[in-house]
Amino acid sequence: MLIVHRPGMLTTVQDLGRWGSQRFGIPVAGPMDAFAHRYANALVANDDSAAALEITLIGPELEADEPAVCAVTGARFAVTVNENAVPLDTAFDVPRGGRVRFGARAAGARATLAVRGGFDVPVSYGSRATSLVSRIGPFGGRSLRAGDVLPVGAAPARHIVPPPNAGMPLPDRGARLRVLEGPHAAMFERSSLELLYAERFLVTPQSNRMGYRLDGPRLMHAGSSDILSDATPIGSLQVPPSGHPILLMADRQTTGGYPKIATVISADLPLAGQLAPGDWIEFAAVSRAEALTALKRQQRQLQLEPWP
Amino acid sequence: MPPIQIAAAGDAALLVSVPQVIDVQLNAWCVAFGEEITQRYGAAVRDAVVGYASVTVYFDPLLVDPAWLERELYDVAAAIPVVALRSGPIVDVPVLYGGEMGPDIEDVARFGGCGAADVIAWHTAVTYRVYLVGFVPGFAYLATVDPRIAAPRRATPRVAVPSGSVAIAGGQTGIYPDVTPGGWNIIGRTPLVPFDPARPTPCAFMPGDQVRFRSVDATEFAAAWSERVR
Repeated sequence: MLIVHRPGMLTTVQDLGRWGSQRFGIPVAGPMDAFAHRYANALVANDDSAAALEITLIGPELEADEPAVCAVTGARFAVTVNENAVPLDTAFDVPRGGRVRFGARAAGARATLAVRGGFDVPVSYGSRATSLVSRIGPFGGRSLRAGDVLPVGAAPARHIVPPPNAGMPLPDRGARLRVLEGPHAAMFERSSLELLYAERFLVTPQSNRMGYRLDGPRLMHAGSSDILSDATPIGSLQVPPSGHPILLMADRQTTGGYPKIATVISADLPLAGQLAPGDWIEFAAVSRAEALTALKRQQRQLQLEPWP
Repeated sequence: MPPIQIAAAGDAALLVSVPQVIDVQLNAWCVAFGEEITQRYGAAVRDAVVGYASVTVYFDPLLVDPAWLERELYDVAAAIPVVALRSGPIVDVPVLYGGEMGPDIEDVARFGGCGAADVIAWHTAVTYRVYLVGFVPGFAYLATVDPRIAAPRRATPRVAVPSGSVAIAGGQTGIYPDVTPGGWNIIGRTPLVPFDPARPTPCAFMPGDQVRFRSVDATEFAAAWSERVR
């Protein structure tokens, strides 16, 4: 097991999300950067759905009470084991009693720490993901605290293979995110759609795992700014009456009543998940075919089987 | 079947829409369509989420071709008639109205040009339908509220609405399952628990169910509240 000595700013247990229960109003949750999550699991030869830690901006200090094999991907943190630096994007050993410490962060907002065997925390509604808003998941759906103990599952039969060298998509003070227009693009003024693609938006401090409130040009509804509530996929860019869009992220609620002007493509969600307050976003429209091509390319980088 | 439109909601979901009105028949069709999709496709569809007048179908774009799924959804839709209304049991919801439990009841009364007693009478006179479950676990959107007391959302939402609060926003009424921010007008509180993860069916209400509110006094409320779990 791993023992939490310092929890960091916001460290949660996540898997690939709580699918299949949204009809109860139960959010999907899951990682902000699913690529980093799957990559970290691949490095320690876990199934990519194994539970790992999502680490935000300031990392934790953990102790292994038995030998463990870990990997860290995503944001570029300086990570040490017993004061010795360990490489990112590579499996490393933690001896019995070893201390894993996260230090300075050079790029990105969120890292994934996977352990060989995965974190064997209780499953609720088919998932080990932490939904902070609905308080569902391990540890009562909260972020980790000092003193928490993380059980480690049995190591998988597969051997660890050399890292596939996937390379992390990380923002450089901002990111260009590709979107599919809609589903409610027709509810907006044409000029607002042009602004969406022409101007930069800034991630405001009022941003978290639920979504990013964006600052920038106001996007005006042609008529009503209400829709009859419907489902809110991850990556939806919903626009409330203020005209300032909200990019819905991993911990989003299941339904909402604001029109959605565009939706970030799956391949660019990991990059979106690495943004921090103050970073910029540019949006670019692509086709369904381009979105799928980009996702397949990312999949090949991981050299993994398709998602379960 | 009603006229439907299918639009991409990103590259991993399709939004199936019926005409955008709050209508019992159209919503009943959406519920039936959502159930059929869930049963027919199993894991190939990750989630089918019913809205007031829509069903959003989630899929994995690496495993499912959206053009194929779109054709399938049209075919499935065509096979579902405008369904006869499902008349499930009526869920009884005891409510202690007004006072500390319903701080906005006077505002709603002002909206209606009536007294708090009228708000209670009109709120309890209707058998509501659950149109969708969403927002947070177990939050049921119920309609339709008597237009005389259909007060709009509050200008400034509350930061923390107490669990069990019964509230009105326009033609909708609902129960806050857990402490959350909220902008609806709170008229009372119920000891009923809308969402309990320990129950086999965690939600007390699902789309298509019927709900009736019943006014109770402080004694009955207190007795039920003391046995409340979450």
